[in-house]
Amino acid sequence: MKPAARMLLWTGAALALFFWASPALAHQERGQAAGLLAGLKHPVSGLDHVLAMIAVGLWGAQLGAPAIWVLPVAFPMVMAFGAALGVLGIAIPGIEVGIAVSAIVLGVMVLTEARPPLGVAALIVAFFAIFHGHAHGTELPAGASGVLYSVGFVVATGCLHGVGIGIGTIHGWPKGRIALRLGGAAVALAGVFFLLRALA
Amino acid sequence: MTRRAALRAAAVLAALAAAGSVPAEAHLVQSGLGPFYDGVAHFAVSADDLLAALAVALLGGLHGPRAGRWALFSLAGAWLAGGLAGLPRETVASWPLATALSLIVVGGLVAWNPRLPAPAVGALALAVGALHGYLNGSLSAGGAFGFRGLLGTAVSAFVVVALAAALAVSLKREWTRIAVRVAGSWIAAIGLLMAAWSLR
Repeated sequence: MKPAARMLLWTGAALALFFWASPALAHQERGQAAGLLAGLKHPVSGLDHVLAMIAVGLWGAQLGAPAIWVLPVAFPMVMAFGAALGVLGIAIPGIEVGIAVSAIVLGVMVLTEARPPLGVAALIVAFFAIFHGHAHGTELPAGASGVLYSVGFVVATGCLHGVGIGIGTIHGWPKGRIALRLGGAAVALAGVFFLLRALA
Repeated sequence: MTRRAALRAAAVLAALAAAGSVPAEAHLVQSGLGPFYDGVAHFAVSADDLLAALAVALLGGLHGPRAGRWALFSLAGAWLAGGLAGLPRETVASWPLATALSLIVVGGLVAWNPRLPAPAVGALALAVGALHGYLNGSLSAGGAFGFRGLLGTAVSAFVVVALAAALAVSLKREWTRIAVRVAGSWIAAIGLLMAAWSLR
């Protein structure tokens, strides 16, 4: 491993451990009740979110540069925007349906190895990011305020993308490409299940 | 044990110590080592201060050594000056929206990565340092923070920016610079969530 990569890894690990520390009670931000762990757990608490986030990473890996880095840079900010709408109580209709459709669309994109222009791919991902973010924003536990919760929430989402990108590296092998497409099919099928459940 | 291995072991121990820390029950962090170290500890557990300093450092580092130096000295100097301006306050200032905006703006710039002149990076660092320093200084009203405590926070900010900016400057491979931009997008996303919470 190169020195710069090793340094990044160590810095990341140290920061992760650092933020694991218990929040300071009665600190200047009042209501900082929920800490990093609650924020980390929230994005991984629903399979629909998890599959869609991983599918974003898988698709990015299939598309290659520059999509592989544009999507992870753009997604957290758009999703946080959606979460902010949810926190503020601004309603968006059909959230659960939108989340289910996101799994179907992203799964189909991976299944078919679709290669739309970068702007279109980013728009698709950003559009669905708002649904996912909004759901997280409205489902946040009451009184859970604080920067550490936000840190956990954003980092967990980014890590799910990272998992998707990591898995997506199998795209470099012929059998890996087939496995990746099968994975896309599985995500799309799960999306159909989520959609039926949302409509029931 | 080689010097490198010793350093690595020390870093792991420091990270584990941070992870195992207990919540601070007081209004301000009481390190038991005097006001200066109370300030250092306060900075270390205030994730919003830490993230703001980190964002400024990454922005400076991405723009090269000259911008990094502007960021380093502007932020630390403004932190101290802002803190001195906040010390005479009779009540603790809490501007969560302004704090969130500082993360959105600087984190967003790191993610977007436009070419900024070094003095512009310095001006941003100045604004962020003055804001966070002022808020730190005003804590004196609630917990006898004092000048030495303030100095502790400013010195901590200096050290964090120096280390993080130096790391960012040293990164030459494309993916490592993208990792820095992803970190910026995470910081901006955290700022967005904090802004929503402050408006709720």
